[in-house]
Amino acid sequence: MNFADIVKFIETKTAGKFSIIEEREVILVSPANWAEISTLLKNESELDFDYLMCISSYDKGDNKTYGVAYNFFSLKKQHYLEVRVDTEDGTAIPSVTSLWQTANWHEREAYDMMGIQFEGHPNLKRILLSDDWEGYPLRKNFKEPDYYHGMPVPKDKSYWE
Amino acid sequence: MDTTLVERFDQDNIVVEKLDTLINWSRANSLWYFQFGLACCAIEMMAAAAPRHDLDRFGAIPRATPRQSDVMIVAGTVTLKMAERVKRLFEQMADPKYVISMGSCSNSGGPYWQYGYNVLKGVDLVVPVDVYVPGCPPRPEALLQGLLELQKKIKTETPLRKQV
Repeated sequence: MNFADIVKFIETKTAGKFSIIEEREVILVSPANWAEISTLLKNESELDFDYLMCISSYDKGDNKTYGVAYNFFSLKKQHYLEVRVDTEDGTAIPSVTSLWQTANWHEREAYDMMGIQFEGHPNLKRILLSDDWEGYPLRKNFKEPDYYHGMPVPKDKSYWE
Repeated sequence: MDTTLVERFDQDNIVVEKLDTLINWSRANSLWYFQFGLACCAIEMMAAAAPRHDLDRFGAIPRATPRQSDVMIVAGTVTLKMAERVKRLFEQMADPKYVISMGSCSNSGGPYWQYGYNVLKGVDLVVPVDVYVPGCPPRPEALLQGLLELQKKIKTETPLRKQV
């Protein structure tokens, strides 16, 4: 199925619970509807998205809107879909770890780097940075600390001279 | 203590030399390094240890524990999370201990010098470094030269006299 067919199929099951970004061929879902639609993508035999290729997160730059982009592929049907979920003011996004196991670490990384909360994740804690790190470094408003456990971080090198 | 010494051995089997020199000679030629790599420099360190470049011929063999190591080769990017571990491992090594900082990242932060929020800007901020090996990553020959420079440094030490 191509993108138009996939959209048509999802529309017959859940009308009006998502919108489309036409020029990018992306489905935009709100966090409230994401649990239902993700279950549909996984379990519906017509769609059969058995492979979650990637989860990426993004920052829209207004200090409150962040989002997650999911890339799905079906190895049996050989079709592809990108879904984006936008979240505002720290609203949690339903975790898809129960549907695709690979989402576990991807969601932890999105939480670690962009501070996105996932509801129902079995172990949502930092995956790369240390547990006591402050802030989310890939956010556009991130300010790097001057010191971390007594070690200097900044770009200023005057302490070398 | 070098070739002249060997020549003197050949003649009469008796050598008069300082005890310092003997200790330095044995220390410099059995530099067991800590088998511990942090990033791509570790690949070059492995290449230096492998038969083509063969660190063994200078008496340097890898040890998998800090307790048995004489020199720590910091090979790779030292992140802030890892820096505390590097420091702890260095403190677990027995004296006398030396540090070779291998590659741009551990020398100065390297490509992460300007914008790396998570990278320590030089491992010399947490442990005392004896030899810096430049390169990104340094070729095995460069690491070998670094090791030889460290041997030269060790041979100037006076282990039996009180350190100031």
